[in-house]
Amino acid sequence: MRRTTIAIAGCELEVHEDGAGAPLLFLHAGDGFRAGDPYVAALSANRRLICPSHPGFGKSTLPDWIDNVADIAIIYLELMDKLSLTKVDLVGCSIGGWISAEMMTMAPERFGKAALVGPIGVKTGPADKLDIPDIFTLPAADVAKLGFHDPAKFAFDPSKLSDEELSIQLRNRETLALLAWEPYMHNEKLPRRLHRVASPTLFMRGASDGLLSAAYIERYAALVKGAAIATIPEAGHLPHIEAPGAFAKATLDFLAA
Amino acid sequence: MQAWHFSETAYPYLPPADTYPSIRVSLPNRNYDPVKGAALYDRYLMEWQIADEEGLEIMLNEHHQTATCVDPAAPLMLAALARLTPRARLLILGNPVANRRQPVRVAEEMALIDVLSKGRLEAGFVRGVPYEISPANSNPVRMNERFWEALDLIVKTWQQHDGPFSHEGRFFHHRNINIWPRPYQAPHPPVWVSTTSAGGAAEVGAHGYVQATFLTGYEATRKIYDSYRAAWRKAGRGADIPINRLAYAALVYVGDNEKEAHEGAEKLLWYVTANKVAPQYANPPGYTPVAGNVAMLRGAEHPLSAFAKGASVEAAIRSGFMFAGTPDQVFHQIKRHYEHVGGYGHLLNMGQAGFLEHDAAAAGIRNFARYVYPRLKEAFPGATVSGFPCEVPGAPPEEYVLRSTTRLKSDGPLMPALGGQGVSG
Repeated sequence: MRRTTIAIAGCELEVHEDGAGAPLLFLHAGDGFRAGDPYVAALSANRRLICPSHPGFGKSTLPDWIDNVADIAIIYLELMDKLSLTKVDLVGCSIGGWISAEMMTMAPERFGKAALVGPIGVKTGPADKLDIPDIFTLPAADVAKLGFHDPAKFAFDPSKLSDEELSIQLRNRETLALLAWEPYMHNEKLPRRLHRVASPTLFMRGASDGLLSAAYIERYAALVKGAAIATIPEAGHLPHIEAPGAFAKATLDFLAA
Repeated sequence: MQAWHFSETAYPYLPPADTYPSIRVSLPNRNYDPVKGAALYDRYLMEWQIADEEGLEIMLNEHHQTATCVDPAAPLMLAALARLTPRARLLILGNPVANRRQPVRVAEEMALIDVLSKGRLEAGFVRGVPYEISPANSNPVRMNERFWEALDLIVKTWQQHDGPFSHEGRFFHHRNINIWPRPYQAPHPPVWVSTTSAGGAAEVGAHGYVQATFLTGYEATRKIYDSYRAAWRKAGRGADIPINRLAYAALVYVGDNEKEAHEGAEKLLWYVTANKVAPQYANPPGYTPVAGNVAMLRGAEHPLSAFAKGASVEAAIRSGFMFAGTPDQVFHQIKRHYEHVGGYGHLLNMGQAGFLEHDAAAAGIRNFARYVYPRLKEAFPGATVSGFPCEVPGAPPEEYVLRSTTRLKSDGPLMPALGGQGVSG
């Protein structure tokens, strides 16, 4: 993949790009973007795949003025301008799905189809119960159990990571906390704006996702006109990581339909 | 030197430590009996009153959702002490302003206490330990930035006397700021900041505030003070650092004899060993810099955590976390530490913890005040300048170390549960 850095509003944005064809903007989850992950090649086979690292993730800088997801959505609209992308299809995972949803409410005309994969960003349940378990105060082992279909395959082992890889992971988590601490993993206003989304939208959920319930995704999808829901078997909160083949097929079938 | 009696007003009557994952944040408050708690407040306040009578100053602090320190609103306790004591300086160390949403409200609380005590307030500010994040529902990222913006606004609020002004900052917004009362002391009460890192101390030194450090022993304390002194000079505050700009907090217990001192000192270790905290509360994302987290994942350990595993009175004294023994032993332990780190003007005596009961805590306060404090004041007068560390021997002279007779485990209660017995006052 080609890696470039693009300056926007004081942020040095890391952008990975590969392939040729109709543009597809991929917005990563809280664990960051890694060019070598298996789903990447599948998505770029017939598309121009554009994968920015969110501010404060990967090697993108984090200007001190950024502290919420809408800040990032606006930066990405400007990124589309800089890359002369009038209209793109979108794939957004977890917090990337939240950023995608914000962008589609801001500039609905600039998006073709959108696949939101385990998207966070709305609060749909009662005030006295978190929609999403508190990943920042649960023991790490419990978060892994909730997040993965097969947590053993994804056990965190710092000894297998370089200092640089480990630093990026820790910083990704720090930025996720900055953005999603309060309100926890959502924007209270987003449900009042989602009616503006004009794109055919597919909500995807890993069948074993313990962080986002099926009911959460159903309530989220109900806020977007005509949205469909697909379930990816044998995957947790990150189907693109845990079931890359099924994820890529479902995504590409939807985009091609 | 000024010495301050400090108690965390702990609630020690807990089930065995292996029955709960964390003494902080999540331990259900059904374990707190308000009747026993009220009796504890009576005796802790009385111990501060004894300190006042004995010529010591008073210090308290604030923690939340924890049995280790049942003082979640320290200004309230300080307001009580302002009326219960006639003499002592009243140090709150401190206000966790990175976790408080209204700095101007904090400025008001402090001004009220200053007037209520007729100018006895020493206003301390802390970033707050990581396990304060969840109780405050506070974002752990950019705490330092919030801390300094809040503190700068508070100090400004105290000093503006000509009607409303406004603040539109990065983290805090407030229009029409014009507090009543204004502080009793002019231009404002002394400002203290606690930090246990050299980087943090540099910022405190640049501002010229009093720097307090807690249980950092010999080497780390010296680095922190060196950093403070360098930043003080770099900021153009002069070559000499008045000794009253630096403070050190240690567990302190003075007995009539070694046996009595050892019994008291061992109970004080509860402060370190009872602090069982689940990792997710102890290290929220963003609290510790990335490089520090990488080092921890590569096996580095906080000196206090390492210490807690094999905590003993003797090890605590050797590490400089604790000064305990007979008056003569304690004087020489403090002198040795003082000389090694280059001198400090305030000793913050953590003189009560866990199951150290009232009579023993009061005896420790009195023994310190009567038989150690006068020697410290004579040896280290307030006009001294800090910054001339001496090379002290690698090990303390053996006659000054209080011997441990037992090893303490950190994974269970140190002492048998005493229920409500022994709580006086």
